[in-house]
Amino acid sequence: MKNLFHLLKRLFHFYYDGFRNMSLWGRKVWIIILVKLFIMFAILKIFFFQDFLKKHYDTDKQRSEYVMDQLIN
Amino acid sequence: MIENVDLTLVDWSRAQFALTAIYHWLFVPLTLGLSFIIAIMETIYVRTGREEWKKITRFWMTLFGINFAIGVATGIILEFEFGTNWSNYSWFVGDIFGAPLAIEGILAFFLESTFVAVMFFGWNKVGKKFHLTSTWLVAIGANLSALWILVANSWMQNPVGMVFNPETARNEMVNFWAILFNQVAVDKFLHTISSGFLLASMFVLGISSWFLLKKREELMAKRSILVAGIFGLISSLTVAYTGDGSARTVSKVQPVKFASMEALYEGKTNAGLITFGVLKDTGRKIGEKSVKEFAFKIEIPGLLSVLTSGDRDAYVPGITDHISGNAKMGILPVSEKIQKGTFAKEVLTDFTRARMVNDTQQVHNIKSVFNDKDFQKNYFKYFGYASIERPEDIIPSVTISFYSFHLMVVLGFLFILIFALAIHLLFKGTISENRWFLRIALLSIPLPYIASELGWILTEVGRQPWIIQDTMTVSKGVSQLNSGSVIVTFILFATLFTILLISEISIMTKQIKIGPKH
Repeated sequence: MKNLFHLLKRLFHFYYDGFRNMSLWGRKVWIIILVKLFIMFAILKIFFFQDFLKKHYDTDKQRSEYVMDQLIN
Repeated sequence: MIENVDLTLVDWSRAQFALTAIYHWLFVPLTLGLSFIIAIMETIYVRTGREEWKKITRFWMTLFGINFAIGVATGIILEFEFGTNWSNYSWFVGDIFGAPLAIEGILAFFLESTFVAVMFFGWNKVGKKFHLTSTWLVAIGANLSALWILVANSWMQNPVGMVFNPETARNEMVNFWAILFNQVAVDKFLHTISSGFLLASMFVLGISSWFLLKKREELMAKRSILVAGIFGLISSLTVAYTGDGSARTVSKVQPVKFASMEALYEGKTNAGLITFGVLKDTGRKIGEKSVKEFAFKIEIPGLLSVLTSGDRDAYVPGITDHISGNAKMGILPVSEKIQKGTFAKEVLTDFTRARMVNDTQQVHNIKSVFNDKDFQKNYFKYFGYASIERPEDIIPSVTISFYSFHLMVVLGFLFILIFALAIHLLFKGTISENRWFLRIALLSIPLPYIASELGWILTEVGRQPWIIQDTMTVSKGVSQLNSGSVIVTFILFATLFTILLISEISIMTKQIKIGPKH
């Protein structure tokens, strides 16, 4: 248990120091990553990319019936 | 039927997916190749202990980091589009797509959160060997991550290892290994990753040439050219070899795409390989599609027959063979495939009716038909043909297929020449003086990107009208959305990705100008 705690503490410091001592380009790309992920998941996914079948049908049975209808008609 | 489908919706949905995939693919191949080049450089550092190699490794690692960070997760947008714009297709493919993509997602997450962090944060904090192992694991992991995406794409080109379940309207995986070792997947994986290695090698060669032109960091530039030249030459030869294997597989599983790649309308024995050609309209038509011919061509007689079958006298079927059929070659006419597909669709319609009236016996009987190998092989295999209205609808754009294929091949041979020259000049000790070569190498950086995108354009345009070869047409796979909303997201993506690309080029250029610091 003590060893696990020590390992977790070392891991935390590894990432903490890494981020704290990050170069300028590193900081810039992290900002880009965060903005990109925000746009993708908080804007695009929620407002523009809802799952078509989940949005229109409540159960898998209804979804399969809809797709079947699309396939044969 | 096709005439009932909003073609604007289909076209915009295709354009949106193409745009996203093309932009995504601007980031991926550099990650695939540069990770290996860095691993090779770091290996030299660990083995020799020479600090200059550490400095070289860290410089290219910086550029790798910028590309990796900006490109990361851009592929997730493709998954969004599957659920929103291609919902029928996504449902129909069932777990065939889900399993490889889930493996890819898990792999990417663990890779990115652990070993990439060690690569960047671990210098002087972990042991040399552990750091080197992490770098190799990032390279191997990134390429394995690509494997699963390519396995999923290959299944669309050559659907194997599944059975359609009429109760759920989904395909179910019955043989994971058949999907993983699908010949198209094996060829595509080897061809794609080796093209990524080539692209990254040209990137390193071009930037190193810039340093030599500027008379800066000459030792680093020459060392980098040594690694990139050798790795690039091996990769470009591998690309040519795997490309040949890939084309041979296409000739078997997607013969219409293959005939379109060569603009081969009439099948023949002793068929020649077109090394260069210019197409023009003949004024003739197959149905409503115009037939092309060569205004000019350079052809190697018999080579196409040899490449496809290993025999100069082998018959290579043309587009008309696939439209009208060729009994001697065992090729069914499209009209017969339409009949078979229509029969499969009628069986599916009967199943739906039986289920609606709760005729359990009939449901049971028809379900067993779907598990019957003869029905799968001779009827359901052609299910997509039920949506084909005119035989000529199965012909993709011959112009796009032909030019994308041939330009890619020409560029491929040019890359071999450039890497061979780089090694020759480097060993001769005159690379710095040959400024013409350095300029060519620098200007060649975009060419592998173009070749790589052309490869994907050929893959995807060449398989039209299918979203899943012979089984589902693109128009059947699309979601019934308002085409206006697809246009809006197309513009959003074009803007977002262009900003990301400009950011990448801008940050990368700045870092290159700064040069190695450590």
